[in-house]
Amino acid sequence: MSKTVAGLLYSESHEWVSVDGNIATVGITDFAQHALGNLSYVDMPETDDEVTKGEEFGAVESVKAASDLYSPVSGKVVETNSELEDAPERLNVDPYANWIIRVEMSDPSELDDLMDEAAYISFCEKE
Amino acid sequence: MAFAYFPHTPDDIRRMLQRSGVSSIDDLYSDVPEKFRFRQEYDLPDAMSEMEVRRYFEELDRADTRLTVFCGAGAYDHYTPSAVGYIVSRSEFLTAYTPYQAEISQGTLRYIFEFQSMMCELTGLDCANASMYDGATSAAEVLLMCVASSKKRKKVLVSSTLLPNVIDVVRTYASYHGVESGTVAAIDGVTSRDSLEAMLAAGDVAGVLVPGINRYGIIEDLSGFADAAHSAGALLAVYSDPSSLAVLKTPGEWGADIACGDAQSLGIPLSFGGPYVGFLACRKDLMRKLPGRIVGATADMDGKRSFVLTLQAREQHIRREKATSNICSNQSLMALFVTVYLSLMGPDGLKKVNDLSYGGAHYLHDRLLATGKFSEVFDRPFLKEFVLNTSLDPEKLQQALLDAGFFAALVTEEGYVSFCVTERRTREEIDAMLDVIRLLG
Amino acid sequence: MKYYDKLIFELSCEGRCGYTLPDADWAQTSDSIPDGLKRSAAPGLPQVSEPEVVRHYTNLSDMNFGVDTGFYPLGSCTMKYNPKINEEIAGMPGFKGIHPLQPRSTVRGVMKLYGDLSSALCAITGMAGFTLNPFAGAHGELTGLMIMRRYHICRGDMKRTRVIVPDSAHGTNPASAAVCGLDVVQVNSLPDGTIDVDHLKTLLDDTVAGIMMTNPNTLGLFETRIEEIADLVHGCGGLLYYDGANMNPLLGVVRPGDMGFDIMHLNLHKTFSTPHGGGGPGAGPVGVAEHLLPYLPLPRIDGEKPDECAGRVSGFMGNFGVLMKAYAYILMLGRQNIRMAGPLATLNANYIKESLKDCYRLPIDKVCKHEFVFDGLADKSTGVTTLDVAKRLLDYGFHAPTVYFPLLFHQSIMIEPTETESRETLDAFIEVMRKIAEEAAADPDMVRSAPHNTSVRRPDETAAARHPVLKYRDLA
Repeated sequence: MSKTVAGLLYSESHEWVSVDGNIATVGITDFAQHALGNLSYVDMPETDDEVTKGEEFGAVESVKAASDLYSPVSGKVVETNSELEDAPERLNVDPYANWIIRVEMSDPSELDDLMDEAAYISFCEKE
Repeated sequence: MAFAYFPHTPDDIRRMLQRSGVSSIDDLYSDVPEKFRFRQEYDLPDAMSEMEVRRYFEELDRADTRLTVFCGAGAYDHYTPSAVGYIVSRSEFLTAYTPYQAEISQGTLRYIFEFQSMMCELTGLDCANASMYDGATSAAEVLLMCVASSKKRKKVLVSSTLLPNVIDVVRTYASYHGVESGTVAAIDGVTSRDSLEAMLAAGDVAGVLVPGINRYGIIEDLSGFADAAHSAGALLAVYSDPSSLAVLKTPGEWGADIACGDAQSLGIPLSFGGPYVGFLACRKDLMRKLPGRIVGATADMDGKRSFVLTLQAREQHIRREKATSNICSNQSLMALFVTVYLSLMGPDGLKKVNDLSYGGAHYLHDRLLATGKFSEVFDRPFLKEFVLNTSLDPEKLQQALLDAGFFAALVTEEGYVSFCVTERRTREEIDAMLDVIRLLG
Repeated sequence: MKYYDKLIFELSCEGRCGYTLPDADWAQTSDSIPDGLKRSAAPGLPQVSEPEVVRHYTNLSDMNFGVDTGFYPLGSCTMKYNPKINEEIAGMPGFKGIHPLQPRSTVRGVMKLYGDLSSALCAITGMAGFTLNPFAGAHGELTGLMIMRRYHICRGDMKRTRVIVPDSAHGTNPASAAVCGLDVVQVNSLPDGTIDVDHLKTLLDDTVAGIMMTNPNTLGLFETRIEEIADLVHGCGGLLYYDGANMNPLLGVVRPGDMGFDIMHLNLHKTFSTPHGGGGPGAGPVGVAEHLLPYLPLPRIDGEKPDECAGRVSGFMGNFGVLMKAYAYILMLGRQNIRMAGPLATLNANYIKESLKDCYRLPIDKVCKHEFVFDGLADKSTGVTTLDVAKRLLDYGFHAPTVYFPLLFHQSIMIEPTETESRETLDAFIEVMRKIAEEAAADPDMVRSAPHNTSVRRPDETAAARHPVLKYRDLA
């Protein structure tokens, strides 16, 4: 049983979002890091890149697998987590304490399409 | 009738069919629709013995003309030390697969690591992959790499002074990949920096490929090229003859981001064009955009230094259509060839190869001019290869030399004649060819 | 295996050399090159004597495993024996000295080989013509897809930019399609691994350039509905591409051209026994049906340059040395022995499958072709994974099978024995596989910590990928 955190929003592609005003902080869930195994690299966009809801913004890689990251919201990347460049294993240790990008949302109503914790738990049970 | 490579006796077959639960070999194919079973005789020769196969190839060999090679154009007749062939024919290297099982592939993994290290030393760049097919395909992959790195730009520029076959392969790959390829003009035999800067001005170019030594044998002065490319947001790649990099300014020193080319010049026999081995090296920040296999160092369960295939998430078997390239098999054994060659030659030996080639080429160059039948096209520095204008009919010149046993005076697209001299050519051979030329009218 | 830890750089000593070259009596040396064009310092290549070089690489070779060392049941890789006559022929000095740009009048022998080999490949596959230029299987795929695209473009059919690839295909198929600028559309497999024809039907329209298939497929199963698939794809205006990776079981039995394929490649380093060389060089000739002959790339065996040609994919005319080895093998096979090549490969695979299916899980229990897939151990209670079984095999002197591919099963073990292995070798392998299954039950920790007898044991791949050290200078 993978961990979840109350108060976060979740996507079907296993990203989590925490919202602070107009800024969405995005990471991957415990379910996702567990499925991938030991992460060896996080491919992140650059600051000021535009991201679109449902489209790729990067990838996480382990030795034998790679998984694209899909943005749960649209907007402009205002910050990336540079700590992950040299220490991708942080996502294995605590995926909720280690975010990947922060996005200035262009359409906060897109958040309505995401799941809350309870919905995500039942979603994962079916996966 | 027994066959040397199939160990099965009739009794083996009978017992194995029984275990497999089928009554005949034919039953193993019962799922194949009868209309697709090939029941006719194959239009192939009768099975041959070793002696007969040998005879077939000896006849082929006799049908080819033995020539003394004074031609380069992307394939160079350098000497192969005996120890190289001895090592690469060891079956532990020759008959191994790709080193996916690191525990029983440390031999392959270590020589690839050494190959990568040597390519970095020669090119002055940070990292290199385990090999590409040949020089031309390495160039094509470089430009795909530039486009992938830029994300948004779909245009590359290639110098018109690159070898013609390299340009053709790059153009072919680019056209299918949906990449526009522009050609940078040449002025007086070298890539025009003014032309390049003008073409970069629109800010839509992902990468630029220029030669270190160009199609005319000229050593190009690439001063300012890296700045021009970088200030327009493009990457600079240099197509290099790695043998020449023992003495010439490296792609790294020119400020290039990527180097590629054919390592055939590092002692690999001409062999009608293959197998050769492409190489590809780059700056560290482009490491994850490299195509193909890469070997890295690590430690095993007991802390012993070990080597493994690494950064595999770039590759086709994991990333499928999102891989950096489709390459799977490369030219690994030829990478071993080059690695052993460079180990034997060392920095001094490789310099001496260049000294001998330079000395012989300039001797021939000067004496050809002295015949009065040739004139300079470009008066620029060259290493082992050069082009001249000739007052003779170029086609007839080439044929006369062929008749005398020399492959030389290759006629270029522009109508120049091209010559190349390596350390394998002796003064006697050069003088003998000059004697033939002096008699032509 | 003994562990030898040196790199050639670590044997280097200033002032040593391993070369001999004649003394120059030329007037000039490369020192005459203008300073601005010269490198500032000599490259940091090793300085080693010849005996040290030879001993170093001999020691490295001792840590390697080749087909000559032992059985190599690597699924999808067709690791058959490489006859030694082939090496001698490719090493003949006359062939080594030929420059690739020599006029054809001086290379009549070479061109006869190109003609004879392509004719033989046509006879074996039922295609109309071949290019021998592609250097490897994936390069052949790319070349074949270029021909496919060029064919549609030349017909003015510009919108055909999608290529259908089974979800179980080798990674090179979608990767080659992407390099060729085609969009990949996946067709699903049925539970038995064959193509879901009903799903295929929903994908076919006038934007489809073609379909890429292996037959038999990745599970070693013959696609029995191939005729229907060919009719459907041709019916919508697409072409059929045959990935020759799995051609071996069909050698002497079925010709891809007769099944309706328009374009195909062969892996000469698999089907025609040229050595894999630790990852290459291979050769990936591409064959086409009659109507696609003008699209074959340059330089062509016929010396023509048709307007339709797909372009140029190689510096010269492919891996000539490899082509010679493959033709030598074809001559030894001849019209007689080729009949048994595919069938014996198929017999060997079925023999292993039937001998082990009680202790390894066989998800699809059918007659296979050259290879088949187990889904790990039958006993799932031991905690011993496919990786552990693979590593334990190394201790017993066998190469591991292909593992964790195809992705259709979680614990895939893909076994391909090839026709050059004897019943005794297969029996020894079967015995060891059974023993490992017993060990997994009796002493799972021992199997999970395998291998125990190799020169290194389970190198840390995650560390290698997290902090890449890719050259000697970067070693700590």
